Amino acid sequence: MRLVVVDSERCVGCQSCMFACSRSHGEAGLSKTCIMVRSVGGMEYGFVIVVCRACENPSCIKVCPTNALSRRGRGGVHLDISKCIGCGNCRDACPIGAVFWDDEINKPMICSHCGYCVNFCPHGVLKMEKGEGRHA
Amino acid sequence: MLKNDSFANVLYIDLTEKRFWIERREDLFNENIGGSGVAISLLHEECPENCDPLSPENPIIFAVGPLTGLFPLASKTVAMFKSPHTNNLGESHCGGRSAIAIRMAGYGAIVIRGRSDFPVYIAIHGNKVYFRDASALWGMRSSFTAGRIIREKEPGEGLRTIMRIGRAGEKQVSYACVTTETYRHFGRLGLGAVFGSKNLKAIIISGKRSLPVVDNKQYKRLYSDIYKVAVSTPAMKKYHDLGTPQNVLPLNELGGLPTRNLKETRFEKARELSGENFAENYLGRRIACAHCPVGCVHIAVLRDPYGDEPYFYKTSMISYDYEPIYALGFMLGLPDVPSFLKLMDKIEVLGLDVMSAGVILAWATEALERGIISIKETMGVEFKWGELDQYLKAIDLIVEQPNEFYQALARGVEYASSKYGGKDFALAFGKNEMPGYHTGPAAHLGYSIGARHSHLDNAGYSIDQKVLTKKSLSPREMAEALISEEQWRQILSSLVICFFAREVYKPEIVSESLKVAGFELGIDELKEIGKKIFYEKYKFKFREGFSFDSLRLPKRIFETPSPLGKLDEGYMRSVLEHVKEIIK
Repeated sequence: MRLVVVDSERCVGCQSCMFACSRSHGEAGLSKTCIMVRSVGGMEYGFVIVVCRACENPSCIKVCPTNALSRRGRGGVHLDISKCIGCGNCRDACPIGAVFWDDEINKPMICSHCGYCVNFCPHGVLKMEKGEGRHA
Repeated sequence: MLKNDSFANVLYIDLTEKRFWIERREDLFNENIGGSGVAISLLHEECPENCDPLSPENPIIFAVGPLTGLFPLASKTVAMFKSPHTNNLGESHCGGRSAIAIRMAGYGAIVIRGRSDFPVYIAIHGNKVYFRDASALWGMRSSFTAGRIIREKEPGEGLRTIMRIGRAGEKQVSYACVTTETYRHFGRLGLGAVFGSKNLKAIIISGKRSLPVVDNKQYKRLYSDIYKVAVSTPAMKKYHDLGTPQNVLPLNELGGLPTRNLKETRFEKARELSGENFAENYLGRRIACAHCPVGCVHIAVLRDPYGDEPYFYKTSMISYDYEPIYALGFMLGLPDVPSFLKLMDKIEVLGLDVMSAGVILAWATEALERGIISIKETMGVEFKWGELDQYLKAIDLIVEQPNEFYQALARGVEYASSKYGGKDFALAFGKNEMPGYHTGPAAHLGYSIGARHSHLDNAGYSIDQKVLTKKSLSPREMAEALISEEQWRQILSSLVICFFAREVYKPEIVSESLKVAGFELGIDELKEIGKKIFYEKYKFKFREGFSFDSLRLPKRIFETPSPLGKLDEGYMRSVLEHVKEIIK
């Protein structure tokens, strides 16, 4: 199972998913969120949901010098924090900016496709899904 | 509160000296919770007695609540200042991303003092504050452009609020608003003029942090419970579907819809301006305030053809709500949605409180109709019910104030009517123009006695509809009902919970969620704090010259029958006597 953005046009920008992600990491607030909702450039035009899209051949893995990142069987990437040196290559390489950063420990944070945020998306933007095929 | 919570940080900004500092004020937050409670305490500390609201001495105070960022719907920011419109307590609430941004930047409250000697905007990114030259933004025709420029220049997208004023604020129109995130406002009582008087064009605030909680497991559980109620109750659903204009048809049917300066209470075009018609034919997008799953903000699409070229349109996105539709649509008799949207757009571009603007234009229309003023004063503008073009011209003139008449209109209906006459149909309560309910005596009593003269102070209109349709209340009972509702609302506005969510945050839930944030307060204690905050507001009001004895009830409200019949002035005066005795 992996997290998919079914239809960003349905997003009202409430950011409940962002707060949910932080909570799932044991924190209230926003510093531990791996998903980001921002306006396209003025809220009237809608929202962009920035989150790991579980690439087939992830750019972040390719540039990791210590092999701290690897593909997960069920989609997305796995971070072995003990191998990570906090170089930031993965963050720079992700074309959609979905590698977030934990400033406290200077390491990346990437969506683990746990699906906790889906429970807090009130308008059906996010979904957990099996298999291949890509969405908006 | 929790010892390590940045919520106790108050950010002080001095515009005169261009400096800032942070103070821990646990005392303030432990005693007054946050939001309205903390803001009124800070106003007592910061605002000198009898100060001119447009002088550097008048502070601007923003405060958020302990649940902001922790739980959904605690998403309002309370602004407090001395109002240039009423020369008394100024309190205005706004959503958008403002509350979350302030909390995530690491503050419970922000105090802005002084006056810059040149136009500035303030950028607050976490614990850093920058004073940026806003000379190029000052005088710009549209508040939208100013917002866009700041958006492109500053970091923090998705996590920031951009509060800004338009020309009306720069020109210190006493009911100029502050706009956040394009579609939300500190609408009432003239915060925009206070910004203008300080040479302050805008404030951007951003941040991203963790917040401490007492017990993480319990927090997650309670969050899920509250969230479930928030997304599933019918009370919240109505705000998402049609939004606040769902009121239009029911109120019209009842005959409680103030129309053409409250000469009437039903509007023949109510169906055209109903929530249903807006939603079915004009709604372009619904958006939400940060950390509110409801999404009550409704934005309409207007396609306006350019006359000089075929198939060439200006497409605008304009937000609508019940109160703006009342103030521009019904009060001015605008015949259709496009006319409403065009006038609304003009008011948004210039940055005025739409409610005050509509009521003032309605007064001017009746004043011209009765010959109290002539087109000599109006500089040729022929105010007439339903005449959009005349109102569009008038709005520009109110902001630019080229003569005495428009200078008067720029100070509100109370002032204009004291200068030109027509007080009987000047619809203001405590000098603030009336909201869109003529439902019975409680609505008008509510506007009169509410600390900020807003329909949201105590929801008198709701007593009319829910209580008075079934039974009558003695003057004493009415006074107590209004005051006790207003006192509980001090708790909600100190937690900065949106009043639309008052059914979600019942006293037990409030007490329980506060525990997570380290506040051990039982329901009775909360009620006591609510009472205290209410009295603190009145203390400020009396200090600045408010008096129940000089409270004016416009004659018009007794002339036009409400759904509960003609209002009885004797009864209403008697309620005011009881209120006076209770509050004294």
